[in-house]
Amino acid sequence: MAKATVMAILAIGLIAGAWVSAKAAEIRRYVVEGSRAAGLSSCVEPTERMRRMHMEFIKHQRIVTVHQGVRDTKYSLAGCIDCHISYDAQHKPRPINQPDQFCGACHRYASVKLDCFDCHASVPNRPGATRSASAGGSTDGGGR
Amino acid sequence: MQPLNATQEQAEISDQTEAGIDRARRSLIGAAAGLGAAALVAPGVILQTLSAQAETAPVTNRVRWGLLIETDKCAKGCRACIDACDHENGLDLQIPAGSPNKWERQKAVWIRKIKLQDHQTGRITQFPLMCQHCEHPPCVDVCPTGASFRRADGIVMVDRHLCIGCRYCMMACPYKARSFIHHNTTGQLTAVPRGKGCVESCNLCVHRRDYGQDSTACADACAETGHHAILFGDLEDPESPIRRRMREIQNRQIREDLELNTGVRYAGI
Repeated sequence: MAKATVMAILAIGLIAGAWVSAKAAEIRRYVVEGSRAAGLSSCVEPTERMRRMHMEFIKHQRIVTVHQGVRDTKYSLAGCIDCHISYDAQHKPRPINQPDQFCGACHRYASVKLDCFDCHASVPNRPGATRSASAGGSTDGGGR
Repeated sequence: MQPLNATQEQAEISDQTEAGIDRARRSLIGAAAGLGAAALVAPGVILQTLSAQAETAPVTNRVRWGLLIETDKCAKGCRACIDACDHENGLDLQIPAGSPNKWERQKAVWIRKIKLQDHQTGRITQFPLMCQHCEHPPCVDVCPTGASFRRADGIVMVDRHLCIGCRYCMMACPYKARSFIHHNTTGQLTAVPRGKGCVESCNLCVHRRDYGQDSTACADACAETGHHAILFGDLEDPESPIRRRMREIQNRQIREDLELNTGVRYAGI
C-alpha cells in the first residue's frame, strides 16, 4: 500500500515536472538576433523585471520627459528602439512593432494591443537619417 | 504692456486696479485643471530621484522662451519659416487621404503667414503667426484632461498621452494657432511623436530646447534667407539678444487687450 502511494506521488511529480519544463520552453526569447540588445546580458533592469514592468517604467518616464523636459534618462522609448531595432539585408531598419520584431512579436503572443507606435517613430528616425514615408509606420504593425 | 517677468501676484494686483479681465475666475478654472495634472506629475518626480543617469535637470522658470518678430523684415511670398517648421517637426510627411472634400484634406499647420492691409493707406504688413506661448493660456484653462499645459520655461504644449481630441483648446485660442491631426500618420520623427486624434501646435522646437540647441527651426531658416525677422531667446534674461532688441524697438503683443502676456512679440504692427 505504502509502496503504491510512493509510486503514485513519484509519477505525479514526473508529469508535473515535464509540464513545467514544457511551459519554460514556451516562454520564448523575443530579443531579435542582430539587434544591439541581442549582445547584452540584460536590459536597463533585470530581464524578469523588464518583462513585468516595462510599461510602468515607460509611463512614468513619459511624464518626466513631456512635462519637465528631461530627455536623457534610463527608460526612454527612443532608447528601447535604438537597442532593439534590427536591420534587413539592405540595412533598412525593420519597424519594431512588426509582428516578427521585438515589441510586435511579444505583444502578439501576450495579446496586448500596442498603441505606442501610432504616434512614436517605430524606427530610429533622427535628423540626419534618411527620411522616407516608408521608413517608419504603424500601418503594418500589429501585436494584437 | 505687462512686464515680461510679471509674477502671478503682480498680475492679480494690476487686475484689481484695472478691473479688466477676471483673473480670479481664470485661476479657479486653472486650479481645477491643475489638480488633475499634479496627481499625474507626482509619481514622475519620485522616478526622477531613482534614475541617476539623467543628465538633464527638469526645466525651471528661470528662463522663459519667446520670439520677437520684426514684421518690416518679413518678406512678401517668403515661406522659409513655414517650410523649416514642417521639416523640423515632420509635418511635411503628412499625406491626407480620403475624399476630395476640403475637411478631409486638412493638414496640421504650426505657422501661418498673415497679411494685414490698412485700407486707408494701403500699407501691407505680413508676419508669421504661431502659438503665442501665453503666460495665461486660454487653451490650458479650457482643457478638460490637463493635456494642454504650460511648461515651467514658458512653452505651451500638448501632452498627447492625455489629449482626447476634443478640440476645445482650438476654439479657445484667440490666435487660431492649433491644429488637429485627422489622419493616421507614418514615418514620424523620433523627436516629434504625433498621431491621429490629437491637437498640436508650435512648441518652440521643444526637443531642441531639451538638447540645448540655440535656436528654433523658423528663426534659423529666416536668418539663412538673410531676412532676420525672427529672433528667438530668453525673455527672463535682461541681457539676452532678444531682450536687448525689445528695448531698442517698439513691439507689442497681438490682442494685448486679453492680457495673456504672450511670449511672442511683434514689431511694426
